Amino acid sequence: MRELSVATIATHLEILINQASFNLGERELCALREAQARESSASGRAILSELLQNADIARLEGRPLCQDTGVALVFLDIGQDVHIVGGDLQPAIYRAVRNAYQDNYLRKSMVEHPLARKNTGDNNPPIIHIRIVPGEQVRMRFAAKGGGCENMSRIGMLTPSAGREGVMDFIVRTVCEAGGNPCPPVVVGVGLGGNFEKSAMLAKEALMRPLGDHAEREDDAEMERELLARINAEGHGPMGLGGTTTALAVHVISHPCHIASLPVAVNIDCHSHRHAEVIL
Amino acid sequence: MSEPIKLTTPLTEDQTRVLRAGDQIRISGVVYTARDAAHKRLVELLDQKQPLPFDMDGAIIYYVGPTPGAPDQVFGAAGPTTSYRMDAYAPRLIALGLRGMIGKGNRSPEVVDAMKQHGAVYFAATGGAGALLAKCIVKSETVAWDDLGAEALRRLEVVNFPVVVAIDAEGTSLYGNQAME
Ligand code: SF4
Repeated sequence: MRELSVATIATHLEILINQASFNLGERELCALREAQARESSASGRAILSELLQNADIARLEGRPLCQDTGVALVFLDIGQDVHIVGGDLQPAIYRAVRNAYQDNYLRKSMVEHPLARKNTGDNNPPIIHIRIVPGEQVRMRFAAKGGGCENMSRIGMLTPSAGREGVMDFIVRTVCEAGGNPCPPVVVGVGLGGNFEKSAMLAKEALMRPLGDHAEREDDAEMERELLARINAEGHGPMGLGGTTTALAVHVISHPCHIASLPVAVNIDCHSHRHAEVIL
Repeated sequence: MSEPIKLTTPLTEDQTRVLRAGDQIRISGVVYTARDAAHKRLVELLDQKQPLPFDMDGAIIYYVGPTPGAPDQVFGAAGPTTSYRMDAYAPRLIALGLRGMIGKGNRSPEVVDAMKQHGAVYFAATGGAGALLAKCIVKSETVAWDDLGAEALRRLEVVNFPVVVAIDAEGTSLYGNQAME
């Protein structure tokens, strides 16, 4: 049994939060550059070039990429041969979030009750997803998830007769009706199958896949390509102001489901697609 | 694209009525920040017939909740938030002379009607360009509701703040306009 201290996990989480908030990933930068070269609208090209400049300023001047520094989303895949020592895991994660959001001057965007809406003051609590996996390592992933794009996400409990076309229509409609709200060009995470909550989890997991990688199943990968083409043909463009770059990528994850069901969840992330990961 | 139009606040109706959807604009002068919670309070003050914390006539409101700045920065990042959440409140402020709103995303028909009637315009700033936009803000002071944190009502001084006219005072909109240039 390998021992890993909560302090190590917390320290690395602070580093991941810093990395993701100030540095846009290489794949995201490439996707924006390629989009800029292909974009048919002049105003769309101008917006894409602002986004590239923004990424430079953020990195060079130590400014957050976006003022919405997100809900802190923490995924932990814990190897079953790891023994976590040195205290409780959850408070250590909360401490790391508090420190990182405080020390890096990030925005605190969490309210303690959805209706009373008092800010918690330290961006806690994060949303934590833990899985037990084989092995003796811990894989920790962090994402800063903005509110504007999360608000445009949807779950459809379709029926099997809707079929592939019904699923594709639902996804394209969700992205298009979101218009400029989620800061397009967006990344679209799709969870297909499972049940109500599983589809949402799959959609979030799909967003965590390295940008532009395709699904393992060839039929899902084919659907990703078709969806991307269809979404971008609708013409909403960067910031919804017209153009051919509405989405940078569509990521689909499918899962078995009940004979009566066809759940599909669409989780939208913005171009400020901020995530980082480490293996401990 | 043509050269950006430079505008200095406060704006008059004559200035806003001639702007057209698609015009690139650089704003200098004072803009006020308010988002969800501050809008709720502004409208509550109106309901109670109390004075507002700033003069609405000719003003621009920027829908933003910035990050705090590092010691040498006014803010770290300060890009627009999604505007439709302010749609329930905006028409009453427009009726009081609010001339411009800066945000991202489309507006409701009620807001567009009020804009047409009173000569207000809706500007879009690039969402997620928070670092770039924060550099155009040279000063900030809290006017009211410090308890709201990132959502407090602030008076900002901006220089050449880049926006595009997304919906003009005639109601012409860039949203849903799928024509390619
Ligand atoms: S949708 Fe994304 S880029 Fe836009 S404001 Fe929210 S977090 Fe920032």
